[in-house]
Amino acid sequence: MAGHHHTPVVSLDEQYVFQPKTRSRALLTIGIGLLLLIIGCFMLRSGGGNEHHGAEHATQAAGGAQHGTGHAAQNTEGAHQGAAENTVQPIAEGGHEFHWYTRLYANIWLNNIFFTGIAIIGVFFVAVQYASQAGWSAGFLRVPMAFGYFLPVTGVIMLIMFFVAKHDLFHWTHEGLFDPKSKEYDEIIAGKKGFLNTPFFVIRMVIYFAVWFWLFLVLRKRSLQEDLEGGVKFFDRNMFTSAYFLIFFAVTSVLAAWDWVMSIDTHWFSTMFGWYMFASWWVTGLAVITLTIVNLKEAGYLPHVNSNHLHDLGKFMFAFSIFWTYVWFAQFVLIYYANIPEETVYFLARLEGYGGIYRPVFFLNIFINFVFPFLALMTRDSKRHMVFLKVIAIGIIVGHWFDFYQMIMPGTVGAHGGFGLVEFGTVAIYAGAFALVLGTFLAKAPLVARNHPMLEESLHHNI
Amino acid sequence: MEHNENKFLVGVYDDEDVVLSAVTNVRNNGVRIYEVYTPFPIHGLDEVLGYKRSGLPRVAFFFGLTGTTLALTMMIWMMGYDWPMIVGGKDFVAFPDFIPVTFELTVLLASLGMVGTFLIISSLWPGKKPLLFDSRCTDDKFIMAVDLGKNKLSADEITSILKNSGAVEVNTKIVEE
Repeated sequence: MAGHHHTPVVSLDEQYVFQPKTRSRALLTIGIGLLLLIIGCFMLRSGGGNEHHGAEHATQAAGGAQHGTGHAAQNTEGAHQGAAENTVQPIAEGGHEFHWYTRLYANIWLNNIFFTGIAIIGVFFVAVQYASQAGWSAGFLRVPMAFGYFLPVTGVIMLIMFFVAKHDLFHWTHEGLFDPKSKEYDEIIAGKKGFLNTPFFVIRMVIYFAVWFWLFLVLRKRSLQEDLEGGVKFFDRNMFTSAYFLIFFAVTSVLAAWDWVMSIDTHWFSTMFGWYMFASWWVTGLAVITLTIVNLKEAGYLPHVNSNHLHDLGKFMFAFSIFWTYVWFAQFVLIYYANIPEETVYFLARLEGYGGIYRPVFFLNIFINFVFPFLALMTRDSKRHMVFLKVIAIGIIVGHWFDFYQMIMPGTVGAHGGFGLVEFGTVAIYAGAFALVLGTFLAKAPLVARNHPMLEESLHHNI
Repeated sequence: MEHNENKFLVGVYDDEDVVLSAVTNVRNNGVRIYEVYTPFPIHGLDEVLGYKRSGLPRVAFFFGLTGTTLALTMMIWMMGYDWPMIVGGKDFVAFPDFIPVTFELTVLLASLGMVGTFLIISSLWPGKKPLLFDSRCTDDKFIMAVDLGKNKLSADEITSILKNSGAVEVNTKIVEE
């Protein structure tokens, strides 16, 4: 190469060391999370335990995070408010008495789905790189390749949580809905019985996790084998496996979105929902990949990953923030425009229902997940600087957590929702656990896939 | 002093790495390079030529912003004030309804504005006679053009600098306005 092309600094044997200090920070995060969660649960129990009826009281008991937001609904037209109350009735009425632990379950469910998404997007990213024979990412592919190890954790928790909390989270798990003689009988939900029944739901869940994790292990094992033997054999095989994974994931990511999130609002459905949740997962995963790489670089690892690679990761976050917005808006505007009651009920619950407590989250969602990354990542420089990327990635991660929050909370806890110690504690536990698993498995293999056929291209990546 | 208006020296190189290092070499010898023509993009050529990044993205942003403003102003004025109409039971100014048109006009103005600006600043308007120093730069040669009128050094001095930097031949070309 010409004189001005610096030979990239790359240490092929570079190995991540999960320092005891980092590990204890992850453990400390889990500990603090647990503590906050326990305090939060006691507060919910003592506050919410006496009140089963008035939404007002329960709302105050739930940490007081949403004081004053109730005014929003009162200011709207009377007709609107009436409509909101009527339409949100089926969700509140169809259920049962509210217990404080429903909010705990809903939080675990929410974070479990959120972090499942981050883990599987790590695998998805790797598969996309292999299937498209991308060269630029070869130098850091081991980073997203460690994400998949969190899948068994969330898989097991999700399976257990489903059996513990199904009656609290999923309206369709109540037997009476399907029995024409029962007082609870619901013709619409009974019509969905072929898909929404406990055995099939559990089988699907197990299949998603089992196949995802299996294909992830196959990809990773071959990549590690490639380190020892070299050649293009492993790359070729991974390319095919990745293609199969992508086909499987295209279907299962949509089904998972229906199962785990959309079926919470059992009557309601949207054909955009699968893509909408995938988009949210994908951009969150990209932000976590970027954040991990920036953190590794700040700790002195990955010297060969330079501003050109960061630039492309930044473009990814920018592009898919817009993609998320596109899908979100496509879902919203059609429902808004058509104005069909069984569809608008979903957005009424989020904008005006339950005393309007979800309204701020609804607008925060659009701001932090579209306006913020769109403007902040627009210039070239912002995509090439680690500090910028770090701040924006954190913003996107927090923003999409709130996206999932407003997907899940109105249908599960309704008027009893809020943002308090329980929410914060659960996030901290999951974030700490994810960091722990990621650090542990990142340290188990060299950071650079030394015999990746495209490694040279990645080292000379220049845009 | 000889008359150097519109007189160019054209260095011909036959290797991309040679022309890349030649650019630095020639510039270090105090020669101002007019432009380098290559059959394909060479990574790093812009940097060694000392080119600053184009301001085109900023132009695109402001064209886009004009599109956004135009679309919103048009629809709010038409639907809200000039000829209020109820569509689908919505408010007169139903913001979500306006987003698709706003998006389209933003993209339209940004792209048309960007293309137009690009054509103008690159002197690529229709009917423009192309400035071709050596047709081999569209095939397998790399061409470095030096405008003698913009350089203090003599033609002989520059020729020897180009030759020393690896040019396989150096020609003189008069460009007619």
